[in-house]
Amino acid sequence: MLDDFFTRALVAGVGLALVTGPLGCFVVWRRMAYFGDTMAHSALLGVALSLVMEINLMVGVFLVAALASVALIIMERRRALSTDALLGILSHSTLALGLVMVAFMTWVRVDLMGFLFGDILAVSKLDIAVIYGGGAVVLGLLIWLWRPLLAATVNTDIAQAEGLKPERSRLIFMLLMAAVIAIAMKLVGILLITALLIIPAATARRFAGGPEMMAVLAAIAGALSVIGGLTASLQFDTPSGPSIVVAALALFLVSLMPSPRAGTDDRATETKP
Amino acid sequence: MLKKQSPSPETAGEMLVEMHNAGVSRSGRWLVRGVDLSVRRGEIVTLIGPNGSGKSTTAKTAIGVIQPNEGHVHRAPGLRVGYVPQKVAIDWTLPLTVERLMTLTAPAGSAEIKAALAAAGVAHLAGRQVAALSGGEFQRALLARAMLRKPDLLVLDEPVQGVDFTGEAALYELIREIRDRTGCGILMISHDLHIVMADTDTVICLNGHVCCRGAPQSVMDSPEYRKLFGTRAAEALALYRHHHDHTHLADGRVRHADGTITEHCHPEDGHHHHDHACASDTPAKGANNAR
Repeated sequence: MLDDFFTRALVAGVGLALVTGPLGCFVVWRRMAYFGDTMAHSALLGVALSLVMEINLMVGVFLVAALASVALIIMERRRALSTDALLGILSHSTLALGLVMVAFMTWVRVDLMGFLFGDILAVSKLDIAVIYGGGAVVLGLLIWLWRPLLAATVNTDIAQAEGLKPERSRLIFMLLMAAVIAIAMKLVGILLITALLIIPAATARRFAGGPEMMAVLAAIAGALSVIGGLTASLQFDTPSGPSIVVAALALFLVSLMPSPRAGTDDRATETKP
Repeated sequence: MLKKQSPSPETAGEMLVEMHNAGVSRSGRWLVRGVDLSVRRGEIVTLIGPNGSGKSTTAKTAIGVIQPNEGHVHRAPGLRVGYVPQKVAIDWTLPLTVERLMTLTAPAGSAEIKAALAAAGVAHLAGRQVAALSGGEFQRALLARAMLRKPDLLVLDEPVQGVDFTGEAALYELIREIRDRTGCGILMISHDLHIVMADTDTVICLNGHVCCRGAPQSVMDSPEYRKLFGTRAAEALALYRHHHDHTHLADGRVRHADGTITEHCHPEDGHHHHDHACASDTPAKGANNAR
């Protein structure tokens, strides 16, 4: 069954979406969209460094993305600049550094477009094994971390006061993000990874009554986007990664349509004092 | 299991948290310094003070959310804390029902959840989204959540904020009930400089340091109080008049009652007991606003 490239792409994409959906919910709840983007952009620096040091690409990307997030936490603590500005600096400088380094490496043929936008149609059986193995580990850790991470998301002080170690949760969450970015890079590319984290989660919000349900719905929305996007890409001969994101966007837009029972009261207040 | 304790500090139970000369500084400035504080089982301690006087910082230091930069904090081993912070902002993107909020930090059975919500008077809101609650409803839900943990120490940072006056009295009544029923210790921050719960055992007035402390004076017979708040509220609320023996001058120095001026007010300067009647013609507010 996995001998067909299109089937492999579907299986790989759905496997990834099942992980990015639940993880993406936390990205949305914690308002870390730009943070995720920054980590993803740093992946190109990871690619360049792994090529220089001749280590496994995924390992290199994971390490650099994790380092970028730790660097951000440290800079944030110093309060020299706003988090927003820090993210902007880190995001674009790591991307630019990666691009420059790759350009210098004339001795290796680097498929830059492949890294930036992914090449899901080229996934191998080994890639699928990595996606499902790594994805299972990430999901398992997320389930194990669920209560403390959710508590820290709602209120760090409550989590700390009631003994749930929010800093530890946050650090593990960052590492999970780095792992997912390393896994996802080959499929949807550095520039589009955050879309798979955020758009399905945002789509799920409308239909979810609780955090757990939102995570499940986000996984389903992500999987539907992958199936829809890949089918469309085959049909219209469009690039696969962007097609998946466009499909996710279409689902999100559908979720915004007013429902017949017009339940709008939940949007009335954004935050509570 | 916890048993009902007498509320008076003399007979109160084991020490839950103790702070000795604790101070917290941020970027070279002391937020609060020289705080001595203790909460025993069954005791209610209320912190009052103007904005920026370090009330929240002190409470957070007591429960280990903030580490003190000087002095030390001792918590009873295995202390279970229930915490209601001053501000809880729940992002709209996070769908959360009141019922789900109850098990935020620890699992609980549905019967326990129902009981806690009923005790806080919000049983009918169990299925509602947290973001759709009013200020008072949200406070009650947060209180129910903290209480559900069966904490040894309940820390309430301005628990009656956003609650109208009738609701305020009812909430204080609820807090007293929780203490009576579970025998937990309560560290509470009052949102109003002069109003504290009548059942408070110790009131600590902060202004960057401990200005003064003592038992709240009953003013239920005071005509101004009755005029302001009505007789029915007198049961649950008390006015604590505090007398300052020193004044913070504009240049940061401190003038003491005997007329001497020093660079700092050391914690021991502010200690005095309220065994005397406060002069009612010198409102305490004036002393505080002198800063």
